[in-house]
Amino acid sequence: MNFTKTLLGASAALALSAGAALADPALIYDLGGKFDKSFNEAAFNGAQRWAEETGGSYRDIELQSEAQREQALRRFAEAGFNPIVTTGFSMSTPIDNVAADYPDTKFVTIDGFVDPEAHPNVKSILFAEHQGSYLVGMMAAMASETGTVSFVGGMDIPLIRKFACGYAQGAKAVNPEIEVISNMTGTTPAAWNDPVKGSELTKAQISQGSDVVFAAAGGTGIGVLQTAADEGILSIGVDSNQNYLHPGSVLTSMLKRVDVATYDAMQAGADLETGVEVLTLAEDGVGYAMDEHNADLVTEEMRTAVEEAKASIVAGETEVHDYTSDDSCPALTF
Amino acid sequence: MDFATLLQVLDSTVRLATPLLLACLAGLFSERSGIFDIGLEGKMLVAAFFSAAIAAATGSVWLGLLAGIAASLVLSGIHGLASITFRGNQLISGVAINFLAAGLSVLIAQDWFGQGGRTPSLVGGGRWDNITLPLAETLSGVPVIGPIYAELISGHSILVYVAFLMVPLTWWILFRTRFGLRLRAVGEAPEAVDTAGVSVVGLRYAAVGICGLLCGLAGSYLATGLQAGFVKDMTAGRGYIALAALIFAKWRPWHALGACLLFGLLQAVALRYQNIDLGGLTIPVQVMDALPYILTVVILAGFVGKAIPPRAGGEPYVKER
Repeated sequence: MNFTKTLLGASAALALSAGAALADPALIYDLGGKFDKSFNEAAFNGAQRWAEETGGSYRDIELQSEAQREQALRRFAEAGFNPIVTTGFSMSTPIDNVAADYPDTKFVTIDGFVDPEAHPNVKSILFAEHQGSYLVGMMAAMASETGTVSFVGGMDIPLIRKFACGYAQGAKAVNPEIEVISNMTGTTPAAWNDPVKGSELTKAQISQGSDVVFAAAGGTGIGVLQTAADEGILSIGVDSNQNYLHPGSVLTSMLKRVDVATYDAMQAGADLETGVEVLTLAEDGVGYAMDEHNADLVTEEMRTAVEEAKASIVAGETEVHDYTSDDSCPALTF
Repeated sequence: MDFATLLQVLDSTVRLATPLLLACLAGLFSERSGIFDIGLEGKMLVAAFFSAAIAAATGSVWLGLLAGIAASLVLSGIHGLASITFRGNQLISGVAINFLAAGLSVLIAQDWFGQGGRTPSLVGGGRWDNITLPLAETLSGVPVIGPIYAELISGHSILVYVAFLMVPLTWWILFRTRFGLRLRAVGEAPEAVDTAGVSVVGLRYAAVGICGLLCGLAGSYLATGLQAGFVKDMTAGRGYIALAALIFAKWRPWHALGACLLFGLLQAVALRYQNIDLGGLTIPVQVMDALPYILTVVILAGFVGKAIPPRAGGEPYVKER
């Protein structure tokens, strides 16, 4: 017992001294991996931009298993990193467990939610994915010639259903008669990295008449976008700008500015304001991607319609239903 | 379900069953010789990576295939060395190979391409073309048979046809050749083979080598046939489903074909119909995903005949003094 106490004291002292010395930010990626061309890579890009602009340095780690979540948080906290930025909804529970032990360290959970009353040193950053998905859903419906569009999700979780629901609402806003097919890849984390299944799902959707497919599926989406390009239909990327993956086939990408959130958190450093922040269309926290790779695919008419809808959502005139608010979707059944 | 939908589901079944079939036959050779192989997954994974990487570098899918087979053979060699020469535990060696493959493929990919453990997307000659069989166009007008021939049988990559031809070939090798007889004997009673003056070690290495070759084909099909490049952990448990199929087939080639097609069909149906309505009863998609494993457990429990593995399976052979 005495020995443990000494050990704890020693490590605490170590943590304090180390904390005073560096206070660099740290970044923990979710299981999808740092280079998923999508969600986690956006966080990496934000951190990279911060490092280049400020000349600062940061530490990052790619998790390999569920068991490492708490371990990684404690390691970084004890080594004095501040703030510790994490990606993925699965980090909220580990942060909930750990945050009270390190009151001087600020934790950021992107996509996760931790009660700000219980843990004043945690910042939860959420995105209005349903709003961004609504806009790309509108574009999908306008680009579709068959009157059927589709959605491929990764793991079947409420967050992914939020994407699907927003997408379906957007598509139906343009064309109430439109058919929206929605498929999930699986129910385990392996569903984020199964491009073969993504391809087969896309082929099945194409045979059901779909000619625009929106993939919100991490690494699985690579297979979806590839098959869409091979079969000559349009696709929509997610989180990062994925237009460049198959120029001429990727209609647009639903942007989720995880990079901006990461950049801002690192920029604020130890003085980070905690609490809950929801990034919506109004803050450009979500949006759609336009660049030279999809300029020919997006018509003037589409841009105008989407910009009008965006203004209307920001002004509060158009209400997009959030699946996670009541676990149901008016435009789509799962 | 109309006829066109049925064809599409069956077409998807063929694509999904092919990697399973190749891996299952690979396991069949290995296990029939008395070497259990948990490492099918890992071998497929390295083969997938190296076939995609070399195809990306050279632009030739054939060179990619050779590289994939070579990489898979190297892992087979390690498995053979550990379990045949050094008489180690075959299951542990297999598990180690899976871990090695999962880590190594991503590490090398990151070092070579710097894209976070994936290969660049393959284009043109870096991928397997789908082969249109002769007369597919002309016959497609014939009712029933025409669409079946044109859509289901024609229009797959060459590895699919190789996989299906491997079934009669495997049967012929195992049950009609001297090599096959000896290979089966070494899995049942290696001491008898040894007494007859045939090398147990040589036969087992040959079997493990064939296993590596077939896993190489499976991996190459995943990365350069079905997909256009390697993504980390892209085998997604198919090696284990192949093992389940092998037990389901009770270590017989034609039954292996049936088991793999069945498991492929289950996947294809699950992908096409997320939830299946059977007159008020809804079967969730998760049940379809779990069915291969459930069926295997049922078989193993002995409800549908007994699944008896090769008698000397899992036992390293020690010559009697």
